[in-house]
Amino acid sequence: MKNKRNIFILIATIFVVWAVFGLVTHFYESKKAAEESPSVEADKSRLIRDDSWSQGPSVAKVTVVEFLDPECESCAAMYPIVKDVLAGFGGKVRLVTRYMPFHGNSVYAATALEAAGRQNKYWEALALLFEKQAEWASHHAPRPDLIPNYMKSLGIDMKQFEVDLKDPKFKEKIDRDKADGMALGVRATPTFFINGQVLSELGYDAFKNRIDEELGK
Amino acid sequence: MIQRPYVFFAWFVSLVAMFGSLFFSEVMKLPPCVLCWYQRILMYPLVLILAVGWLLKDRNLFWYAFPLAIGGWLISIYHNLLYYGVIADSIIPCTEGISCTSRQIEWFGFLTIPLMSHAAFKLIGILLLIERRKGRSSA
Repeated sequence: MKNKRNIFILIATIFVVWAVFGLVTHFYESKKAAEESPSVEADKSRLIRDDSWSQGPSVAKVTVVEFLDPECESCAAMYPIVKDVLAGFGGKVRLVTRYMPFHGNSVYAATALEAAGRQNKYWEALALLFEKQAEWASHHAPRPDLIPNYMKSLGIDMKQFEVDLKDPKFKEKIDRDKADGMALGVRATPTFFINGQVLSELGYDAFKNRIDEELGK
Repeated sequence: MIQRPYVFFAWFVSLVAMFGSLFFSEVMKLPPCVLCWYQRILMYPLVLILAVGWLLKDRNLFWYAFPLAIGGWLISIYHNLLYYGVIADSIIPCTEGISCTSRQIEWFGFLTIPLMSHAAFKLIGILLLIERRKGRSSA
């Protein structure tokens, strides 16, 4: 009998703590939503910079801004989906990429992308780094030294590439991107802003449906 | 009245600590650092062990629960020493992800996540010690 009472006490306590947790979560999220929506509007200047890489028409009805890390596995997994979905919309959507370096060799990889970009090979280099990520970004034995080889295979002038790698402007751009991301609340990669609103769920359907919604507005 | 209130209260502390840590990571989206994970590994089983031990009125509960509390308490001491800069940054074991010294929360100007964790483990440890002493004197 007494044990029944104790079980009841335990369950009731769990229920009360869980209810408090739910209430606090609810208040926190509604407060955050109220705070965030105007700030994202106000912070639009931080979403896209003049020197951000961009594909698609600048007057597109839908703009996707992706905060990515070349060394992030989820970014590599998401990239073919992004390309596939955007191809399906036939140039109606603009894609802008920003850096959010969270891993050990992310800054180096992003610098290499910038150096490739100076030779008009940014998008090819990005696709290749994601494709080969398992080789150069293995958790236990990362091989960032492989990156120049990939660049070479894209027909990049390696002499110029090596010189450009040392350009402090690239580091400044990457740092600024990260600061912008932090200010916009980016805490994980990839984070997508579709017309300024964060995409809360990753995956083919979630990504495509959100763009469909925005195009239909 | 609640029987063996010290055990019950220790369980309550572990329950609140578990929900609290989940709130920080899942709701506030603050990524747990490596040392936070080690403390979670020791805190979460306490929720179950203390609940079952309290229900069964297990006299040996102290020996199951106390090592977890002491382990968590020791890690939390190390974490706080790092966090408040008593131990130099260079020996932080976090190489990837969030640094163990990142200041993510500072409520009322002093209440940080490592400090809350330290307080929770200490409280659970003390409550278990009191219960054990009481159990002995009544035996």
